[in-house]
Amino acid sequence: MTELLLGTKKGLFALEGEPGSAFEVRCRAFAGEPVDFAMRDPASDRVIATSTSPFYGPKIWLADDPAGEWTQAEGVAVPDGGDQSLERIWVIVPGEDGNLYAGGDPGVLFESRDGGATWELNRALWERRVNEDWQPGGGGLCLHSIVPWPGEPDKLAVAVSAAGVWLTEDRGATWCRGNRGIVPRYLPEEAREDTFQLCVHRMERATRDPERMFIQFHGGVYRSDDAGHSWTAVGEGLPSDFGFPLALDPSDPDSAYVIPLAGDFDRVTPEGHVCVYETRDAGATWTPRGDGLPSAQAYLTVLRRAFDRAGEGSSLQLYFGATSGDVFGSGDAGASWFTAARRLPPVFSVTASA
Amino acid sequence: MALVCVHGPLRGLAGGRAEQEVAGATVHELLRGLEDLHPSVAGWILDERGIIRRHINVFVNGERSGEETAVAAGDRVEVLPAITGGES
Repeated sequence: MTELLLGTKKGLFALEGEPGSAFEVRCRAFAGEPVDFAMRDPASDRVIATSTSPFYGPKIWLADDPAGEWTQAEGVAVPDGGDQSLERIWVIVPGEDGNLYAGGDPGVLFESRDGGATWELNRALWERRVNEDWQPGGGGLCLHSIVPWPGEPDKLAVAVSAAGVWLTEDRGATWCRGNRGIVPRYLPEEAREDTFQLCVHRMERATRDPERMFIQFHGGVYRSDDAGHSWTAVGEGLPSDFGFPLALDPSDPDSAYVIPLAGDFDRVTPEGHVCVYETRDAGATWTPRGDGLPSAQAYLTVLRRAFDRAGEGSSLQLYFGATSGDVFGSGDAGASWFTAARRLPPVFSVTASA
Repeated sequence: MALVCVHGPLRGLAGGRAEQEVAGATVHELLRGLEDLHPSVAGWILDERGIIRRHINVFVNGERSGEETAVAAGDRVEVLPAITGGES
């Protein structure tokens, strides 16, 4: 049985099913509230969700069962008395020693060492954010990608739209930028060299070769072979190198999956054709994987956290949701696709566990 | 002391009572005082900057008020979610 946790504009949906046929909605929580992200913590098996009430602001919640009682987490705030307020939590990711990380807007990273009940702001990154000129992207100043280093809890990489890639090797005590080679084509040519306005849309690390990373950029897909210090463009061969989400097969460091959109001027699937693209040679070539996906008159938008995977290798499962409320899945590493759910509210995020 | 009436889902966080007395010379001080009395209300009405969240309304004696509005003893202060429409 595979579980999908969907953050949507109108609540959290927990779906269950087997790859190949439509999933059942097991329960819905936070009815009517925007739920930005939800995940099942592998350490505790609890579900942790983030909501941004238009009335009451962003919160993190925990539940043993998403159909049951939810408890509000503590410490999810930026320092009092400044000129910033917490706008949104975008993502929650398990760390390497049972801890959890949460990233959000305005460019904030939190850590929890008690299973998500309490959170502490990473002060070192916050100071960089306060003292440097970090510019927001269209979705705000969002820290949306957090990628631990398997087996090494001190090493972590995060990505911020639009403040680029940040790396730490001392568990967040100090941070350095990791942006060499990224070309922001949305800036005038003469402004590209020295800018830190780098709009990363999603970043992932290869489980079996942690120095290998990929990012989907705001125009460009990039690969790093040195743990995120420098990047090489690998988007050649895609119908468009603009998009938001990204997923990797944990068994294969040369693998990546992207979902191209027409471009930043038109953020829908190109020509009304929904298609996932796969590389198995680290971005040298890309293969369309659209068998079972809508091939005509489907103008979908897939947001940065709305693509996830479970399993690996030939049984890799892939799932993505669109703002149309459709959710698609594959149980065979993208070779074929099925419709997991339809007519849900706009999907903000997808996490899968099997 | 002013008489604070918290409405909607906030009431449960603010002790569950229909009204309660809270000290403070301004709306901001009063709301911080409410947080001191009921820590679980922190972050729900005022954000980290000390600003009333955009879709929360505060009325002092029936008049829409801001953080710096003065509050006197016996004033009635109502805190309630705004009626916000237009976005689905």
